[in-house]
Amino acid sequence: MFYRQAGDFKTTYRDDIQTFPLKQDRWGYYIVLAIAFLVVPFFINDYWTSAVMLPFLIYAIASLGLNILTGYCGQVSLGTGGFLAVGAYACYKIMTAFPDLNIFIVVLLSGVITAAVGMLFGIPSLRIKGFYLAVATLAAQFFLVWLFNKVPWFYNNSASGQISAPERSMFGFAVTGPNADAPVRYLFCLTFLVLLAWVARNLTRGRLGRSWMAIRDMDIAAEIIGVNPLKSKLSAFAVSSFFIGVAGALFFSVYLGAVEVGEAFGITQSFLVLFMIIIGGLGSIFGSFAGAAFLVLVPVLLKNIMVNWLGWPTDIAVHIEFMVVGGLIVLFLIAEPHGLAQLWRLAKDKFLLWPFPH
Amino acid sequence: MNPLKIVGVALITSLASTAAMADLVFPSLSYRTGAYGANGIPFADGYADYFTLVNERDGGIGGIPAKVIECETGYNTQKGVECYESTKGENPLVYQPLSTGITYQLIPKVTADGIPMHTMGYGRTSAKNGTVFSNVFNYPANYWDGASHAINHILSENGGDIKGKNVALVYHNSAYGKEPIRTLNELSAKHGFKLAEVPVDHPGQEQKSQWLQIRRTRPDYVLMWGWGVMNQVAIQEAVNIGYPMENFIGIWWSGSENDVIPAGAKANGYKALTFHAVGSDFPVFDDIQKHVVDAGKAAGAGDQVGTVLYNRGMYAAMLAVEAAKTAQGIHGTADINAAQMRDGMEALVMDAAKMESLGMAGFGPEFTVDCKNHGGPGLGAMQQWDAGAGEWKLISDFEPSDMEIIQPLIDEDSNAFAEESKIELQECA
Repeated sequence: MFYRQAGDFKTTYRDDIQTFPLKQDRWGYYIVLAIAFLVVPFFINDYWTSAVMLPFLIYAIASLGLNILTGYCGQVSLGTGGFLAVGAYACYKIMTAFPDLNIFIVVLLSGVITAAVGMLFGIPSLRIKGFYLAVATLAAQFFLVWLFNKVPWFYNNSASGQISAPERSMFGFAVTGPNADAPVRYLFCLTFLVLLAWVARNLTRGRLGRSWMAIRDMDIAAEIIGVNPLKSKLSAFAVSSFFIGVAGALFFSVYLGAVEVGEAFGITQSFLVLFMIIIGGLGSIFGSFAGAAFLVLVPVLLKNIMVNWLGWPTDIAVHIEFMVVGGLIVLFLIAEPHGLAQLWRLAKDKFLLWPFPH
Repeated sequence: MNPLKIVGVALITSLASTAAMADLVFPSLSYRTGAYGANGIPFADGYADYFTLVNERDGGIGGIPAKVIECETGYNTQKGVECYESTKGENPLVYQPLSTGITYQLIPKVTADGIPMHTMGYGRTSAKNGTVFSNVFNYPANYWDGASHAINHILSENGGDIKGKNVALVYHNSAYGKEPIRTLNELSAKHGFKLAEVPVDHPGQEQKSQWLQIRRTRPDYVLMWGWGVMNQVAIQEAVNIGYPMENFIGIWWSGSENDVIPAGAKANGYKALTFHAVGSDFPVFDDIQKHVVDAGKAAGAGDQVGTVLYNRGMYAAMLAVEAAKTAQGIHGTADINAAQMRDGMEALVMDAAKMESLGMAGFGPEFTVDCKNHGGPGLGAMQQWDAGAGEWKLISDFEPSDMEIIQPLIDEDSNAFAEESKIELQECA
């Protein structure tokens, strides 16, 4: 009744192809953006930033990246953790080698370096497909983690092999380091997420995105109609790795401040991001957000309910949390194999017709 | 009054009442789950039980009850940060993360927030330099002391000459395991032994190739920097290849009952370092039995009393309580805050009389902390596993480490950190 297409006339082609064709969706999007940029920073504290918002924003960027590769181009990757590590170590090396370089540019450069590394590991995708490609990217994961542990140059020969982010600021506000304020760190990551989501959305519905989807749906048919598989696959690896590299740089510099490659960027990270896009919805921008939100927020929520509210012992709470999150994942996948994005799409269709179902 | 209002009023009053209660808060970033849980549980139990004892027996610290907030980190840095942020608002007095990885993460944060952190026998070794690391303490001993103690033990077994001997270091491939390498390299240059580095990746369940390498090269001694499930697997593998256990020396984190019992009788003779006494033959354990265990207030399952890591958790809590008492004395108030607690830790004196009065005579070495030296004297002892009796035995006194080698390394590393992070050095009187 309130949420409807009727009366929302499109008079130009431009109007017709916009991202949010429905007026309510458009307004909803503007309101969410306005709240995220103008309201949240005034209320956010250290706990909300470090425990909830930063992991959500950063994992959303990583999910967007993996979704471009796996969801849009159909190339399964288990190398996400390794590529996150490339972003983090590139960020560290650039930060320490050029102390005066703006942190915004450092993060973008880390993404560019990761894109190059990603393309290198994407070359086998031209010959191998499906599960075999997953194994090849798994090799990337283990190789990269081993490399950053083995070669002391990457961690500037520090005794412990840890990398720590020195303080860097933008417009006079510290963004990294211990003196960075919660709203600044939040806004810094939010800006990256909004910019990259906008880029991802527009790439995926443009010429490049269509060639990725053609390759995903049937690569031989795509080649016959003139899609170049080399260009499409490698560009998907490059764009995807760029996103993941930016996420890795933010993960290290803004979120954690100090990391150790084996622990922070292990195989579990690869699986976590893969689960995010599967639960959120493959081939969907909204799905990347939904999946990241689900896997970041639900554990924190459960922990707060069980430990802080009900006062249960911490170990029991953790075990129950594993069971509940695992159970929810199975439940969601049975109820809707196409993920949270598809649930959202169905709900929207229902609302469009409500209260007249026919 | 409608139900919503009642809930609102109840919420406000409950919030107000928590704010008014001025407990001394000691967060416990523990881990009772995951690959490191077997070692995290006894430590967390000991830490919590000592505070329960102080509350029950003495009515708190200087009359104010201590409150332990436990937060599960799973030995994971991401969760460690979440735990730090979630407990930071409750006026915590001191953090003890029991993880070198989390320590590295928290060093800049606690310094910016003005909260002290105590990393007892772990963490960043160069934090011993109090002029650089104003809020971080690692008394009574650190990893570089540990490395030196192990080499000193080997030296004493060989009459002071270990030229040409082969020593292998099996280590957890993380910040924790890599800490001793720098010191061991210096020591190998000084004493002329050869060091082979054998890394084991997290979590350490799979070590076949590492021990195959040791079986092939047959080093004269094997040192181990392991934690969690890695310890059990390593000791089992050493037994499997028939490595002489008395030449196998673990750091103090690789020497608890959990680590040796699975390997059975053949683990007999395995050695590990320690910086406190073993067993439960101290008067304080009678108090714990009476006031905590028998009263049904023990943390966890209550079955860990007297084990190595339980004792260590209890020792950590005891040092925190004594530092709090010192702080109360310095500032003349019982209700201390984190900054005052820091002063207390910096002025901590643990002498024989004090240990005696706590029912822990000889439990740990005597030491003092001062503004320049946050690490104490670095005394350590060697313990050996007696599989027949099923207990650890101390086989040496608390002995000093080779500060001639360690002090320059500490100065170098801490000054590099100060320069990199642009830290203003703390003025020491």
